[in-house]
Amino acid sequence: MSEGERETAELELIEELLDGKHRALARVISKIEDRSPGYRDLVSALHAHTGDADVIGITGSPGAGKSTLVDKMAAEYRERGYTVGVIAIDPSSPFTGGAVLGDRIRMASNVGDMDVFFRSMSARGTLGGLSTATTDAVKAFDAFGKDKIIIETVGAGQNEVDIVSTADTVAVLVPPSSGDDVQMLKAGILEIADVLVVNKADMDGADRTVMELREMVRMRNDSPSFAGHHGAEAGYDGDGGATGEDGEADTWEPPVLETVAKTGEGLEGFLDTLAEHRDWLERAGRLEGKVRNRYAEEIRTLLREDTSRLVTREIEARGGLDAYVDAVMDRETDPYTVADEVLEPLRECVEERGRQSEEES
Amino acid sequence: MSTEQEQRTIRCLVAKVGLDGHDRGAHVIARAFRDAGFEVIYSGLHKAPEEIVQAAVQEDVDVLGISILSGAHNTLVPKILDGLREYDAFEDTLVIVGGIIPEDDRETLREAGVAEIFGPGASMEETVEFVRENAPER
Repeated sequence: MSEGERETAELELIEELLDGKHRALARVISKIEDRSPGYRDLVSALHAHTGDADVIGITGSPGAGKSTLVDKMAAEYRERGYTVGVIAIDPSSPFTGGAVLGDRIRMASNVGDMDVFFRSMSARGTLGGLSTATTDAVKAFDAFGKDKIIIETVGAGQNEVDIVSTADTVAVLVPPSSGDDVQMLKAGILEIADVLVVNKADMDGADRTVMELREMVRMRNDSPSFAGHHGAEAGYDGDGGATGEDGEADTWEPPVLETVAKTGEGLEGFLDTLAEHRDWLERAGRLEGKVRNRYAEEIRTLLREDTSRLVTREIEARGGLDAYVDAVMDRETDPYTVADEVLEPLRECVEERGRQSEEES
Repeated sequence: MSTEQEQRTIRCLVAKVGLDGHDRGAHVIARAFRDAGFEVIYSGLHKAPEEIVQAAVQEDVDVLGISILSGAHNTLVPKILDGLREYDAFEDTLVIVGGIIPEDDRETLREAGVAEIFGPGASMEETVEFVRENAPER
């Protein structure tokens, strides 16, 4: 396909997506996942049409009941008149790259309802690339006109934390009576939770888990490092943060809820809480601050990826990294000097442009 | 552009359709596809044709493998194919069928749009190879 033909095809695809054609949305997400030629242009074109969706992240240990809950959530949102997009992320084999994506099996409540668009994605072993792909896929859903976008992922490791950070509201699911899982939460995932959900609440030990979690939330809020700030959201306030000026202590303490995803028990309360959190975000410009931060991070990530690609090309042009490593091994040079050398042309270029703009002004 | 390294992966939907609870074959083929480096979405048991269509369209799969041992292929498979056409998804989806399909019905299914039929004797390598060679260019 020539460059021109591709551009025409892209325009057509975007138009179809905005028109609400399912096939086009599915194809755009594939292109994003594959990072196929031109996917960046697609995402760029979509951006203008985004900003209306409510993005919810669902995470938790394997077997916590995420997929089942997401299925019920989607059905309830449809009941309330919203359209829904779901992105379910599963790990892939680091050896073959293959994956069996099984979350779809649980999507039993939305059979034949095309207004629930469910998409499985695999973590294709791309370092950090997955969160970029997820952000872009969310944009595709948003531009398509989905009201609620749910990102579902196993909560383990930095990568997952990055992914759910692209959501406005994050719910962490905990199965009952799992001391170990509560331990896992301590290791960093509690910080990202806006809502904690003890799923399978009809099982033994649920009460204890709820109690433990409440205790942990309280301890977090009492910890001196947060005193006087707005809890975990302190970092998001940026320049839009005028919190606290209305006199009341307007902080968000993650509530601990109980659900039974299988029967739908507690589901309505859960969705209401998600909506409350959204309202809380919208008050006093918190959401805006959050979105600003997210875009800033997105730009930074893209810049990092793009410059690193440029630098890789430069290194290849100079005969590859191995030659440099050899030289470092032989103590002829050192890593810092190598980095300086490789970046020299870039630095010159930046400095040159700086001088030019100074002269012009 | 050469700087955008493409990461194209073949995506497959392995689907069980209708009132047929035999999923050993579907599991085996799902694993074989996974080990071949494909991304596999498994539908689960007892799915209606419209569910399969919904999944195939939304997941934008390159390959739809329908496993069917109940003998109802002559009604169920064409329904799925029609559904794919309705969403403009038929043209670039490779549809294959696995299971017990009598010789007489094979030609009919092929005419309806099934690319290949794999019976009980077919080997995994053969099936994986067929998918690799015939997965649609997009």
